Amino acid sequence: MRQSKLALAGGYAALIVISAMFIIPFVWLVRSSLMDLSQIFTMPPEWIPKPFQWGNFHRALTALPFDVFFTNTMIIVVSVLVGTVITSSIAAFGFSRISWKGRDTVFAILMTSMMLPFAVTMIPSFLGWQMLGFYDTFYPLIVPAYFGGGIFNIFLLRQFYLTIPRDFDEAAFVDGASYFQIYSKIIFPLSRSALIVVALFSFLGSWNDFMGPLIYLKSDRLFTLALGLQMFQGTYTAQWDLLMAASAMVVIPCVIVFLVGQRYFLEGITLTGLKG
Amino acid sequence: MRKGLWYGLLFTAPAILGFLIFTLGPMVASLVLSLTDYNVFKDQTSFVGFANYAKLFSGEDDLFYKSLGVTFYFVLLRVPAVIIISFAVALLLNMNVKGRAVFRTIIYLPSIVPAVASAMIWMWLMNPDLGLLNSMLEWLNLPTSNWLYSEGSVIPSVVLTTLWGIGSTVIIFLAGLAGIPQSYYEAIEVDGGGWFSKLRQITIPMITPTLFFNAIMTLINSFQVFNEAYILTQGGPNNQSLFYVFYLWRTGFRDTEMGYASALAWVLFVIIMIFTYIVFKTSKSWVYYEGGERP
Repeated sequence: MRQSKLALAGGYAALIVISAMFIIPFVWLVRSSLMDLSQIFTMPPEWIPKPFQWGNFHRALTALPFDVFFTNTMIIVVSVLVGTVITSSIAAFGFSRISWKGRDTVFAILMTSMMLPFAVTMIPSFLGWQMLGFYDTFYPLIVPAYFGGGIFNIFLLRQFYLTIPRDFDEAAFVDGASYFQIYSKIIFPLSRSALIVVALFSFLGSWNDFMGPLIYLKSDRLFTLALGLQMFQGTYTAQWDLLMAASAMVVIPCVIVFLVGQRYFLEGITLTGLKG
Repeated sequence: MRKGLWYGLLFTAPAILGFLIFTLGPMVASLVLSLTDYNVFKDQTSFVGFANYAKLFSGEDDLFYKSLGVTFYFVLLRVPAVIIISFAVALLLNMNVKGRAVFRTIIYLPSIVPAVASAMIWMWLMNPDLGLLNSMLEWLNLPTSNWLYSEGSVIPSVVLTTLWGIGSTVIIFLAGLAGIPQSYYEAIEVDGGGWFSKLRQITIPMITPTLFFNAIMTLINSFQVFNEAYILTQGGPNNQSLFYVFYLWRTGFRDTEMGYASALAWVLFVIIMIFTYIVFKTSKSWVYYEGGERP
């Protein structure tokens, strides 16, 4: 689109102002996490920590067993990620590369679960896991990922698989390949970028999950970072230096994962929105 | 392809089983539970028919209407705010400016911040005595606010905190904008139309399918807000932020009235269905599909 110089300048100015508003909370987080309390509370606010209180991070880390929370979170995140990537891609294959009667109807029915509020399934699921004796374990948070890994991910991968030319499978068929071989030797390797998208969404989804752990985990030693941070807030009210240091530690891994996988993120969201 | 059905079912079995076990099964169970007085700490459970629903609507439980009102207010405020602001930001990002990718990253980044951390940051920004927002307002000689801590401002404040995370809505709009053919704009230019006629005659009609998608998703999400209520406000002050799902969680898990909470869940489900249906129905009059096709 051709644009006048004036419109462009105005757009620039607006973008800079908006970006500043989006960035300020991050700056506020980092600067607070590196200040001592007396400087945090000065009015008007100061922006540069003097001196830099790196010790805040250490104090936050030792105030609560964040190493345990981190390990718990990683166990859940990695288990969920593996299950999601494997089972959602297998299901997406079945919904796109194999022709069978009723396929699209079944897929449409599964898709309706995307609009279902989690509140409706929350209580019976909880009771079910409790009856099986898995309350206060990681199983309720991990096992569902091994059953399709969420319809959203299947949908995303199916969209991608539909774009791979049919001839690939046909040729392999002629050579006597089975569906399993076509999946593992052709489709799975070809869909690397889409699988990365699913893996990234899965990582963030379980890393950020708050309600799941809140419902299913009772013992402190099983807490995830999200729960731990919330507990921290309850104990250290108004200790904004420590609270911000702890928050920063929960945010940083997400930011790193995002910056590394940025290209895939944007691709993935575009894929869901455009063809939705 | 031979034996397609057998293989098709084999490959999709995990997903189908998952749907039956983790979605359909619990849904039915939830409906059944909602017709009982199930409570973890009571010895026996009996079938009570529609008593839970009757109790909800009779007005006996005033917190039900309270939470419904709070949630409607939140949805009414949040959905238009998210849609309008995301669209405006996407329009800006769609301009041919240098550093687009950097702006895009900055605007998307907050949406990946974990809800607990985001809540923590905003509680601190909105701290009435020492937070950044009030000191900025003071500096500008504007009246300060109690933000999350006063009855009148708590809901708008929660909406504000969620606006920080509009990144993915913006990106979806941006993808929609990228799909509009340049030639359409050139046609307007030939006719001597300016920026505004391009927006009104091309961009807005062409973006309606994306707008529709974003509106539905934002609507569904807004009805189910929980984390903010739990972490930021615990429903306060004076129940002014008693969001529906928070009230449901409290009823089911803290007060262990799981039968009653299941009825609450089904009411929410029906409300969301009705709203989604309305948006779908009205979409015929405002969503434009190229070639007259509907998905």
